[in-house]
Amino acid sequence: MNLALRFISITLLLAAWFAGSHIVGTRLFPEPQTVALAIVQEARSGALAFNLGVTLARVAVSFTIAMALGSVIGLVMGRVPVFDGLADPWLVVLLNLPALVIIVLAYIWAGLTETAAIAAVALNKLPIATVTVREGARALDRTLDEMAMVFRMGSLVRLRHVVLPQLAPYLAAAARSGLSLVWKIVLIVELLGRPNGVGFEIGVAFQLFDVTRILAYAVAFVAVMLAIETFLVQPLERHASRWRIRPA
Amino acid sequence: MHIRHKSYRAARGGRLCVLGELSIAVAHGEVAALVGPSGCGKTTLLRIIVGLDHDFEGSVRLPAHGRLGVVFQEPRLLPWRTVEDNVRLAAPQASDATLSALFATLGLAEHRRHYPGELSLGLARRVALARAFAVEPELLVLDEPFVSLDAPLAARLRAELVELVSRRPVTTLLVTHSVEEAIGLADRIFLLSASPARVLASVPIDRPRSSRTIDQLTSIRDEIERKINA
Repeated sequence: MNLALRFISITLLLAAWFAGSHIVGTRLFPEPQTVALAIVQEARSGALAFNLGVTLARVAVSFTIAMALGSVIGLVMGRVPVFDGLADPWLVVLLNLPALVIIVLAYIWAGLTETAAIAAVALNKLPIATVTVREGARALDRTLDEMAMVFRMGSLVRLRHVVLPQLAPYLAAAARSGLSLVWKIVLIVELLGRPNGVGFEIGVAFQLFDVTRILAYAVAFVAVMLAIETFLVQPLERHASRWRIRPA
Repeated sequence: MHIRHKSYRAARGGRLCVLGELSIAVAHGEVAALVGPSGCGKTTLLRIIVGLDHDFEGSVRLPAHGRLGVVFQEPRLLPWRTVEDNVRLAAPQASDATLSALFATLGLAEHRRHYPGELSLGLARRVALARAFAVEPELLVLDEPFVSLDAPLAARLRAELVELVSRRPVTTLLVTHSVEEAIGLADRIFLLSASPARVLASVPIDRPRSSRTIDQLTSIRDEIERKINA
């Protein structure tokens, strides 16, 4: 049922695309099959796999750094009011600093390097992860905390069995929104200052007015992210919420 | 080994006095019941004893190692861990045999793999009891563990508690507002006044739990009621 609905939805999308390209004109908006052909060509030359791989690696590294740091800072801010008071203004500044400013400054200060690119992306994602996890840390159940205290549970046991399961929905939310945000920013970072990756390729295609290639890379990358969502994020979520009672 | 809590006065929220001057001593292996009207500060007293509330004047002395088994008013189980894991996390040193015996006594044997959300309140309270016993505590603290259960179920759980305590004597502090429950379970009853709580009387019950007759229980009950009314 679910699968059938998905199939219908994707077919409708392709049909709309096909119709759209005929209304607008195939030069500005190429048909799906032209784009599919371009994907195949890029895949044959090996460029697609290389660029996708480079971009995915950047996404993975900056996402991991941002999630790890953001979770720790968010947890401490949610638990220690003094630290929250001290760090909150910084967080507000970082939250409202445009992504582009962070990226440009990172490139100016650290040069057009891989480190600068990854740091810029991580810094863009960090405050959002922090805010989400802080909300979770504020909502932690005090009664379970007290239970863990009177039974003298060690801090590692508490973290793993008492705190993390309560944070799981917040971590999942941060990861979800984070993943889509991070890959969009990675493309901009690549466009502005990297010699490879999906963002760089799209930049080149933009200069050559090659809409087919832009769409080819966009579609390929969305497909990869969809696969990650379906085969990695959703199973993890199901595992984390296995204790919840579901309607039979 | 003695537990002796000296006089303490807790004052919180604009120096509202919850507990008056009071001192309680429970002998090793003794089951003591704290009985008092609702809202007299019994739970506050327990929180001070188990070390969850430090904002008070006075002192609390626990047994040497101070291993605590606590049954809160609510079961307070981790909903994302199974019944067995809930107990094991609190009592990592408990052997498989001990746990099996405990689960069998409390009728939890077939619920070991269930999650707390799948249990009724009565079963969840039993898990909380199992968890408190599994740590083999030197002091067992029970905060109205049978409240909001129907009478027959509460009676069954009380009987199970008696069985567990007789199998492995443990110094126990039971808070309840029911005089009957206290008489049925305790070796000594502390009667507390209305807030701010003070000890009105300490009533020892020197007959063993198993051989208490209805007559004796009634006479103890009358004695307690006289003291409450005095």
